[in-house]
Amino acid sequence: MIGILFMIFRIGNLVEVVKGKKEEGDNWNNFNAALFIVFMIGGLALFLWYSVKQWGTYEPPIASVHGEITDSLFWITMWVCIVAFVIIFIVMFWFTYAYRYDKNRKAVFFADNHYLEITWTVIPAIVLALLIFKGLRVWNDITSPASKEAVVIEVIGQQFAWTARYPGVKDKELGHHNYKLIDASNEFGLDLTDKNSFDDFKSLTLHIPKGKEVLLKIRAKDVIHSVFLPHFRLKMDAVPGVATHFKFTATKTTQEMRNETGNPNFNYEMACTEVCGKGHFSMRFPVVVDEPEDYDKWMATQESWLKQNPDYLKYVPHNLKEAAMIKAGLPLSSTIQTPNSVTLK
Amino acid sequence: MATIDTHSHTAVAHHDEHGHDHAHHGNFWTNYVFSEDHKVIAKQFLITGMAWALIGGALSVIFRLQLGFPESNLSWLKPILGGWLTPEGKIDPEFYLALVTMHGTIMVFFVLTAGLSGTFSNFLIPLQVGARDMASGFMNMLSYWFFFLSSCIMFTSLFISTGPAAGGWVIYPPLSALPQAISGSGLGMTLWLVSMALFIVSSLLGSINYITTVINMRTLGMSFTKLPLTIWAFFLTAVIGILSFPVLFAAALLLIFDRSFGTSFYLSDIYIGGEALPNQGGSPILFQHLFWFLGHPEVYIVLLPALGITSEIIATNSRKPIFGYKAMVGSMLFIAILSFVVWAHHMFVTGMNPFLGSIFTLLTLIIAVPSAVKIFNYVTTLWKGNIHFTPAMLFSIGLVSFFLTGGITGIVLGNSALDIQLHDTYFIVAHFHLVMGSASFFGMVAGIYHWFPKMFGRMMNAKLGYLHFWFTFVGVYMVFFPMHYIGIAGFPRRYYSWTNFETFSGFADLNFVITIAAILTLAAQFIFLFNFIYSIFRGRLAPANPWNSNTLEWTTPRHPQHGNWPGEIPTVYRWPYDYSKPGAKEDFIPQHIPFSETPESNLPHENEEIKLEGMGAAIIVEEKH
Repeated sequence: MIGILFMIFRIGNLVEVVKGKKEEGDNWNNFNAALFIVFMIGGLALFLWYSVKQWGTYEPPIASVHGEITDSLFWITMWVCIVAFVIIFIVMFWFTYAYRYDKNRKAVFFADNHYLEITWTVIPAIVLALLIFKGLRVWNDITSPASKEAVVIEVIGQQFAWTARYPGVKDKELGHHNYKLIDASNEFGLDLTDKNSFDDFKSLTLHIPKGKEVLLKIRAKDVIHSVFLPHFRLKMDAVPGVATHFKFTATKTTQEMRNETGNPNFNYEMACTEVCGKGHFSMRFPVVVDEPEDYDKWMATQESWLKQNPDYLKYVPHNLKEAAMIKAGLPLSSTIQTPNSVTLK
Repeated sequence: MATIDTHSHTAVAHHDEHGHDHAHHGNFWTNYVFSEDHKVIAKQFLITGMAWALIGGALSVIFRLQLGFPESNLSWLKPILGGWLTPEGKIDPEFYLALVTMHGTIMVFFVLTAGLSGTFSNFLIPLQVGARDMASGFMNMLSYWFFFLSSCIMFTSLFISTGPAAGGWVIYPPLSALPQAISGSGLGMTLWLVSMALFIVSSLLGSINYITTVINMRTLGMSFTKLPLTIWAFFLTAVIGILSFPVLFAAALLLIFDRSFGTSFYLSDIYIGGEALPNQGGSPILFQHLFWFLGHPEVYIVLLPALGITSEIIATNSRKPIFGYKAMVGSMLFIAILSFVVWAHHMFVTGMNPFLGSIFTLLTLIIAVPSAVKIFNYVTTLWKGNIHFTPAMLFSIGLVSFFLTGGITGIVLGNSALDIQLHDTYFIVAHFHLVMGSASFFGMVAGIYHWFPKMFGRMMNAKLGYLHFWFTFVGVYMVFFPMHYIGIAGFPRRYYSWTNFETFSGFADLNFVITIAAILTLAAQFIFLFNFIYSIFRGRLAPANPWNSNTLEWTTPRHPQHGNWPGEIPTVYRWPYDYSKPGAKEDFIPQHIPFSETPESNLPHENEEIKLEGMGAAIIVEEKH
């Protein structure tokens, strides 16, 4: 097979030498020039066709306050890029075609022109400056500290799963943690000498209240992971030894999004976007956005971690043991538990 | 200044006589293997680089098979992949990561740094500045052989049982530091680090030579303002390399310490494999800062030589001076400087201080301005030219097109607020493969087509070149352009499969198209490979100056021997871009033609320089006696 191709190629070469080259060279030159035009038109047509075909389905639907803003800035920037791209693309290939070799013509000796150069230095600079300043305003808003009332949720990455830790309904504070305390049951490394840890609970679904500012506190146990919530336009690395965070406000509940997209099975999802090993592609974490009332109800039904792991009471300092049992919802005595569960409602 | 030039000139001429003796009496080993001749070393870099490009390309096609045909049975690859295929004939997910990692490492360092800079800086610097050889032929030889050794080690790592490094080409610890985390972080990672350390040594030896040669060994009259843009590009690339590669070396060294000697530079608070590691106080983010302090300039180490080569080829084949020579040099200089202060735009979502994010956004978008200027200057160079579509010219136009397509999305990605969503998605994959990967690759291929006649004394077949170009050009666009859509849809990169997520369940069609395009693009490279090998032995004999080009390398004989010019090194009188000068008989005036010989085409200020030409010659005569 290769031998045959080789023979054809050799014969073609010899024929070419016999025929003489010059005239043919010009034809090839015109042919290549024409192909550039075909490429330019074909390429733009394909770009246009596919973009129109997919119109409106480019990105996951937006479900956060800052997502609306970054998306609009993204599309403004994209339009600037696309317009500039299409113009330069057309002009470049047009020149390529129009100024193909012609033996009767001589190229113009045009070595520089300061006005032109200043123009195309200054115009991009101005456009970029506008985009930067808009971008930086948005960036500052997104990264500004969360308010004190923000709902705090901790997300923990490990190979190859996510878990969430909620501060519990009683103190609304996350307890301390220490990686050296991690074991098969105590996967958070919960420090039980801190009274805030007693009512913390674990969830394998990320529940988020709609319309409330949420502060995600992010950490990783083993290697770097990255929290990616595509619908919320949110991404932040989870780095072992470095605490990171991201604040956002969800705008649509899961149910609302199901209605809006017309997909009854729609679910929010969280993914990992920093390569973390074999199972990197499988780190899916289901996300549910609730109405605030539903969220509170859900919170109230969750069992604290300590209640699920009563053995760990032995790590609680003696003087805090009673408080721990109350907070964790462990049966200390019926008289104490009843008023507590009343306050919950 | 002129006297100094003359000194070096005569000194080198002297050295050359030794060189000639050497060439005549040398044996096979000293001539072709441990050669100190820059042209032979360039070819060694070229051929090694091409071999790596094939390996890197093949790896990418293997992982594209997984993404484009996720359901297919790949057991026919068993003879090559062996145990890396699961019993069901699927690629092992961990091996998938190894493929991605090695593809990145090979392409960025071994192909587009060593293969590109190593080939063309070595080949062109002495020939275009008018020198007999590099400042230190011996160091130059070492540079290649360190690269060769580094290549051997990296190649070996592909075959070990635990697999090559698999934590991404950026090798972020802790993943790269802990063999418990991924099996590629065992011996594979050790070999990666050793290989890269040797690679850095090679790169530094090369860069020092390039810089020294450009500064000290320019021929008489070759002032910096008369340097071809290729040399400016190689020179600035070498400067960037010298300043940034040592930082990668430091980063790698600290990682070696963390891996093998129990230090905690990058490790802290880690619980893995059922135990809490003792390391505390380190920061994985430190590694990222160190890595990207090289990693970002590396982008320009890869790109600038390609832009330099393109400038030269576009001017020659448009038969026009490059538009805005000073602006081109200025923008390269500006890019070179700015390339050191934008690194953290790779780290917007690592949790670093948001204020730093703002600063790096600002600096990053500033670097877009000189890049835009370069594109406009290329386009203006085409305007009212008289364009010859040699294969080299086609690839150069392709480069500008990629540089535009890929570069423009940098405006989106550089904006930290927008990067939040796009970071580590296919949008960034599309961006950098076009602007840096494909553009630089096209620069390299363009360079091979253009300087092949000087390298091997024969012409490559132009028609095969056209075929190669059109397949590759369209193929590369079909591979990377669709990735923008996939990226906007949020698909994360380095994913073995997306089927676990409803959000990323679409676009199977595009992934299929991409894979087909990738296979065709790789296949098209065999046209080139055939043309290359065939033309070395059977190509049409090349004239001394086949493209009617102005630069000095075309004043050498068809087969330049050791020492490059048989007689004296030509003196340079003019800049390299006197194409289609009004009044001139030909449409090009080489650099070594004095203004006194071209009164019909001289500009007023050039007539002034005729007087200086006589003085320059007088100095030479004085020195000789």
